[in-house]
Amino acid sequence: MAGTFENPEIVQEDLDILLIGGGMACCGAAYEVMRWADAVKAETGRELKIKLVDKAAMDRSGAVAQGLSAINTYLGDLDPADYARMVSNDLMGITRDDLTYDLGRTVDDSVHLFEEWGLPIWKTDADGVRHDGAESLREGLPALKDGGKPVRSGKWQIMINGESYKWIVAEAAKKALGLDRVQERVFIVHLINDKNDPNRVAGAAGFSVRENKIYIYKAKTVLLAAGGCVNLFRPRSVGEGQGRTWYAVWNAGSTYSMAAEAGAELTMMENRFVPARFKDGYGPVGAWFLLFKAKAVNAYGEDYMAKNKELLNDYPPYGQAAVPASCLRNHLMLKEMKDGHGPIYMDTVSALARLRDTLTPKEVKHLEAEAWEDFLDMTLGQCGVWVGENIEPEKKMSELMPTEPYLLGSHSGCCGIWVSGPTDLGAPTTEEYGDIPAHLPKGWNWGYRSMTTVKGLFTAGDGVGASGHKFSSGSHAEGRIAAKGMVKYALDNKDLKPEFDETPEQIAEAIWNPVRNFLQYKDYSTAIDVNPNYITPRMLQFRLQKIMDEYVAGVATYYNTNDKMLAVAEEKLAFLKEDSLKMRAKDLHELLRAWENYHRILTAEAHMKHIEFREESRYPGFYYRTDKNFVDEKNWHCFVNSIYDKKSHKWTCFKRKHVDLVDKSKLFKAAAH
Amino acid sequence: MPTFVRTEKCDGCKGQDKTACAYICPHDLMKLDKDGSETGHPMRAFNQEPDQCWECYSCVKICPQGAIEARHYADIVPLGGSVQPMRGSDSIMWTIKFRNGTIKRFKFPIRTTPEGSIDAFGGKPLPKLADLEKAGFFTRDVMGGFRAGNPAELIRK
Repeated sequence: MAGTFENPEIVQEDLDILLIGGGMACCGAAYEVMRWADAVKAETGRELKIKLVDKAAMDRSGAVAQGLSAINTYLGDLDPADYARMVSNDLMGITRDDLTYDLGRTVDDSVHLFEEWGLPIWKTDADGVRHDGAESLREGLPALKDGGKPVRSGKWQIMINGESYKWIVAEAAKKALGLDRVQERVFIVHLINDKNDPNRVAGAAGFSVRENKIYIYKAKTVLLAAGGCVNLFRPRSVGEGQGRTWYAVWNAGSTYSMAAEAGAELTMMENRFVPARFKDGYGPVGAWFLLFKAKAVNAYGEDYMAKNKELLNDYPPYGQAAVPASCLRNHLMLKEMKDGHGPIYMDTVSALARLRDTLTPKEVKHLEAEAWEDFLDMTLGQCGVWVGENIEPEKKMSELMPTEPYLLGSHSGCCGIWVSGPTDLGAPTTEEYGDIPAHLPKGWNWGYRSMTTVKGLFTAGDGVGASGHKFSSGSHAEGRIAAKGMVKYALDNKDLKPEFDETPEQIAEAIWNPVRNFLQYKDYSTAIDVNPNYITPRMLQFRLQKIMDEYVAGVATYYNTNDKMLAVAEEKLAFLKEDSLKMRAKDLHELLRAWENYHRILTAEAHMKHIEFREESRYPGFYYRTDKNFVDEKNWHCFVNSIYDKKSHKWTCFKRKHVDLVDKSKLFKAAAH
Repeated sequence: MPTFVRTEKCDGCKGQDKTACAYICPHDLMKLDKDGSETGHPMRAFNQEPDQCWECYSCVKICPQGAIEARHYADIVPLGGSVQPMRGSDSIMWTIKFRNGTIKRFKFPIRTTPEGSIDAFGGKPLPKLADLEKAGFFTRDVMGGFRAGNPAELIRK
């Protein structure tokens, strides 16, 4: 019977492997898992039941939906240890070398596949001239895997013509899966634990945003890779422009919140990313700094990175790295802004003039196209700002601005879930700190690569914490790494019969609660949005953003908070979490928003609790605890991890010891004082 | 820059099995107003939540009628500019119009293979389950992308 808005249909399905999400990580997982499933069938005769569930359409879902102008992680001749060092340095020393090293040694495999599938990758010819991805093919330049030389826009980045990047990667994933293993437009909102083992996953549930249907999947193993968290802080633009977030606006913290509710250990949730980007459009700055060699200057033309470099000495050893961490670069910019020397500009005019001096007119034209393509491939909104304000970069400089905070694990951020790492890199197998909850594993690997501390639950991409700098290619590779662990888990647990600790009816009622609130109370008042019995998801989001912005180091306070402000935030977030049960959904679209915002609240709460627990300011330039405004290497050079109890609604934070698996000392110059 | 739908160009994809923009929007913004009860324009699509629009242009690029454009964020951007693509099978053409009337055009490649041509596992080995826990992927031996690294770098091994 077809469901109605009053009585949705419940669809149930049993699987071996469920993939939640459709971005780069899940596309990677889909590609890898299907080939190993072929091997399982060939060797054992068993057919693994596999499904990928995406809340959007795979061709344009995830953070790469719009496209990208570069692949930011490609090693080529570089050593995975160098990659692990770079990630560690950019994230102020606290990352897991086992995870980053493993990613570094495998990521190029995915990049080579992208090229084979049709992604145009820029090349440098024997004369050092660069060619776009199509031209390099016409010129007969070899593919990367055959020794082709990419165009490096930075040490780790290579340039691409990436408008259709996600379309291409999704095509490969869908071809691998076959369309009957793909379910689009179903938003998974809740993980289900096992009745016989509360620390095991038994499945996941969600709803269609197109039909009145609730989907409940039973699965032996689940990959949760649904992106990072955006719009948990009040954005700088609060009108129409609030959709112009830097990271993809549909990243709602679903990965972190669902994992936390299922009991998974989170890590480094205090970390955030505050990208310094072109103001208002949030266009990328990487190519401008690295490819066009532009400088950022204050309103008076001063290079503030040079002018304020002494400030870096406050944060040894990280301030002494050849390339200071992203947060420290922000720290120097914020100094200028707070001193009243704004606006801050990217000096595009001087940079392009310098390049014009050495180039032919044809090369200059090509250069102009490259500069525009950088935005057109990945940040159309910035083009919108430039055309509206008549900004031609060779004639007029463009403002820079640090954005509102974002939570993610794949870019210059390392919040996420604590996962089992590789066993062959020398990672610790014991724990030195005593206050870790007893049911949690000791050491950095516990049987299945990429598995969280919940049995059967895996993650990748933005989900994997304490790493970072994976970007698109690394997220794809990390999905593939997780897929192998999941196949192993499914094989080892072939007789496992997951059982839900909730009934399908209970699950369905919880999912449909916002609809029930609406239907029950909608006629109480004459104005649909003003009603004492419910709150719209939109207003709830504004409330969350106001709390986070004003008390948890948003832009309103120049990223400052303290223990007292955090305590206020905690109280207000508790009210908000209670009120989230009164969210309304007048249609399926609003039900989507309701659940996204519920996920944002839990993610925000984790962020707040972690900042409160970590009694230092580990990321100056991203946030400051003004009551502990220093980096404390002695006491806080460690991971901060947490678990959430879905029954008591309480967080427990604790430390895990940090260990280097590669030598970091070669990053740093001797301290200046 | 929320997207908007040109009334006279949109046909609601009535000749197709689904409305293209509604199918593709990553944020569930584009909606078909079948009976006109929401917009006054029956069988036309519209952006139901413009202030959640990321301006990813997925709808603009996929619209078979070329009916979707973007009007830059009204709370940020002066009026009069436009950025409009024509996405083909192997390249995309952009027409960029500034507020002051300056026009620029760019064409970029988007793909070097025909759409739909990917053969996921063609020429790729079938792995052995015994290698499941080995570092790297099932394509390790054919894609040339595994970087073994200098073992001396691993200081705890």
